[in-house]
Amino acid sequence: MTNASAEQWMQTRPEGLYCVPADIYIDPTEAVKRAIITHGHADHARSGHGEVFATPETIDIMRTRYYLGEETQETGLKYGQRFDLGGGVTLWFASAGHILGSAQAVLEYEGTRVVAAGDYKRHPDPTCAPFEVVPCDVFITEATFALPVFQHPPLEAEVEKLLRSLRALPNRTHIVGVYALGKCQRVMKTLRLAGYEDPFYMHGALKKLTELYESYGQDFGAWEMVSDIPRADKHVFQGKIVLCPPAQINDRWSRRFADPLPTVASGWMQIRARARQKRAEMALVVSDHADWGDLIRTCEETQAPNIWITHGRVEALEYALKARGMNAKALNLIGRDESVE
Amino acid sequence: MERFAELLDDLYFTNSNLAKETILSNYLRSTPDPDRGWALAAIAGTLTFDLFKRNVIKSLMMARMDPFLFDMSRHYVGEMSETVALAWPKSEDPVRLNRLPQLHEVIEEFQSRDKAGIQAYLITLLDNMSPSQRWALLKLGTRGLRIGMSARSVKQTLAKMREVDVDVVEAAWHGLAPPYLDLFAWVDGTADLPDMSDVVTFSPVMLAHPIDVEKDLTRISADTHQVEWKWDGIRVQIAANGKAGEARDVKIFSRKGEDISGSFPDLIAAIDFNGVIDGELLVRPDGELGSFNDLQQRLNKKKPSKALLSKLPAHVIAYDVLEWGPDSLRQLPLRERREKLEEALNERDGQRFSISETLPYQTTDDLLALREQAANTGGLIEGLMIKDVSSVYASGRPKHAWYKWKRDPFLLDAVLMYARRGTGKRSSFYSDYTFGLWSDDDTLLPIGKAYFGFTDEELKKIDNWVRANKLQRFGPVQEVEKALVFEVAFDAAQVSTRHKSGYALRFPRIHRIRWDKPADEADRIETLAKLVGT
Repeated sequence: MTNASAEQWMQTRPEGLYCVPADIYIDPTEAVKRAIITHGHADHARSGHGEVFATPETIDIMRTRYYLGEETQETGLKYGQRFDLGGGVTLWFASAGHILGSAQAVLEYEGTRVVAAGDYKRHPDPTCAPFEVVPCDVFITEATFALPVFQHPPLEAEVEKLLRSLRALPNRTHIVGVYALGKCQRVMKTLRLAGYEDPFYMHGALKKLTELYESYGQDFGAWEMVSDIPRADKHVFQGKIVLCPPAQINDRWSRRFADPLPTVASGWMQIRARARQKRAEMALVVSDHADWGDLIRTCEETQAPNIWITHGRVEALEYALKARGMNAKALNLIGRDESVE
Repeated sequence: MERFAELLDDLYFTNSNLAKETILSNYLRSTPDPDRGWALAAIAGTLTFDLFKRNVIKSLMMARMDPFLFDMSRHYVGEMSETVALAWPKSEDPVRLNRLPQLHEVIEEFQSRDKAGIQAYLITLLDNMSPSQRWALLKLGTRGLRIGMSARSVKQTLAKMREVDVDVVEAAWHGLAPPYLDLFAWVDGTADLPDMSDVVTFSPVMLAHPIDVEKDLTRISADTHQVEWKWDGIRVQIAANGKAGEARDVKIFSRKGEDISGSFPDLIAAIDFNGVIDGELLVRPDGELGSFNDLQQRLNKKKPSKALLSKLPAHVIAYDVLEWGPDSLRQLPLRERREKLEEALNERDGQRFSISETLPYQTTDDLLALREQAANTGGLIEGLMIKDVSSVYASGRPKHAWYKWKRDPFLLDAVLMYARRGTGKRSSFYSDYTFGLWSDDDTLLPIGKAYFGFTDEELKKIDNWVRANKLQRFGPVQEVEKALVFEVAFDAAQVSTRHKSGYALRFPRIHRIRWDKPADEADRIETLAKLVGT
């Protein structure tokens, strides 16, 4: 099979990446008849599709987030389980290491293998399966953090920063802004592994997904809802960790705490100005995406003769891959929201 | 160096001024000399030398990293030091340090080395540092530190450490120099502050409140308030001391206390008195007062050429006197200071000095008429200053003492042409805009740039609009569809040969975003010409 053929059966359409012979989209930005969903984040999983193919975890997440209506027919495929999509196309999922259930969609057609990696990372994450390298003919990669300035530090070091601050400022409530899906659970788990034993206090928006992670065997120790603590008991939170969505760290909600210390955990926090924009007083660099070095390493490891780049800092990655002699091109997909990780 | 980097991080990420002061005083108490003095100098912006030049950093980076990727990174991050701090590619065989040097060791080492040595030392340090330590080093070395702490707040911190009024520190400040051993001896209580009475120092200036027309106009009468023009130059404080024929101490300070004497040798030569004068500095091309545009050619010129000095001689319009001879006049009412000022400057060189005229008026209508008159000076006069004649000279912005009443800005509807990402807090937003007016042949000619005047919400909306309406890119500059109209406010416009449109705007800002207005209904260049009367 020549690679030109992959370009014929995999196309870029306004709705997203499209597999022609199976008549199916990958992470489409609009409701379509058939969709493969790589993971449950809102800019990849949307509601209203006719048929959905995803890992069982992702389907659970989509159900929890009300992305699956009665009209949607879902098919859950475990990592490695092969499925005939029709039209001569076989689909299977390989783990992507991004969040629980996140997958690379592997599509095989007439001897050619295309891997759409969705969002992925290579750093260890105790809350999801590690990234699996799948050799392929076309590797479709994201480029969220594709600039040499993004070199993510080990998560343990960032968590240690938070623990140090808790010891130094025992009167301040450390309010940590985390995305509800993935980031929240990874930060909690890493804190437990680092020896943090107090209960976590949690904003309501994080509850359901944390419970879902627990139903898959994850253990976060004790956690309580902030809303269950009487308003008068502000002191309960002093020197403790409160978790909430990033927008809440400096909002009305955070006023109920004694002397709050707004903290944001996100890959963007590597850039000082980004942290200041969020008015964070502590910035934890916690990314669920591959950093610059890992993006390039991964593209190399797949040994794919062709790399297609979906979203993020596309231009930089395309340039760097070409400079290494790889055949890279930008797909110019629209509709990915870079504020969501 | 580790402690210094941590201090900068802590200050950078702390929001409240009070908390910043606490962090700084904790550091100053627990850090030995001379490190704490150098740290203080870096934060207060009083270092007088670079450890290395920005170009050195840039060329090191270019040798180690692909220039295209470096440029992309820099535009994304918004500034160079942080880009280098994050992306620094370590040497293949780095010199390993057992420990990072102390802050003063870093400074001494850089100062003792030649060009090649500086470069090698910089590489070694960067190789051995974490990103935030690198950031601290680069900011220190190029004197580019911005951590949201003003020089005033630094002095406040020092004053609090001794529980004295900030004026005590302020009075001594300009006679002190890094690494501030004498200052810290005083902080520790082992010595007095050096006596500065013989040394020329800067006194923080008195500032005016914008007038609240509703409330304040009723307070104002010809008996109680004097009215002067508000000239569009730069505020200066002239301070001079010493006997004729001996080495005299003469300085010109900017509004913020920066010593700008070097840029104005012509004015320095004309100062033959002992005292402290407050006034507005302008230039006089062809014997007439010139615009701010003219003045700008003299600003930040460390060594102005003879030709420039004779083409654009400096001139001061004096409006207050703080000291004369040995006497401080600050506690006298303005009425009496004014008399003293007239007496003092009457016989001075009229080419170099004039006294700000007090304008006759009786009624509010007279004031309105004067303000109108100011509006017709092409920007040379910005409006009116209205001062309570009984007010003493107090630094800062005392209430109901001095008012400024600017004339209304000019307004034009212009079309957004190019957008550029901002820096710092705005590094991810397209926040710097170039806009234009329609010319005779129906093309847009850029007339100015603005990066403020809108709210954060509006910024987000414009940023989205820019991303959805991209045309070509020229490096960091993004061309957009010519479809969004800004109502632009500005204080003056000058004819300028440097701009294609033929005009340069003074102090342009976005007044309103006209989402509703079609671009072809925006203003034309002729309208600008009429507005400024050319």
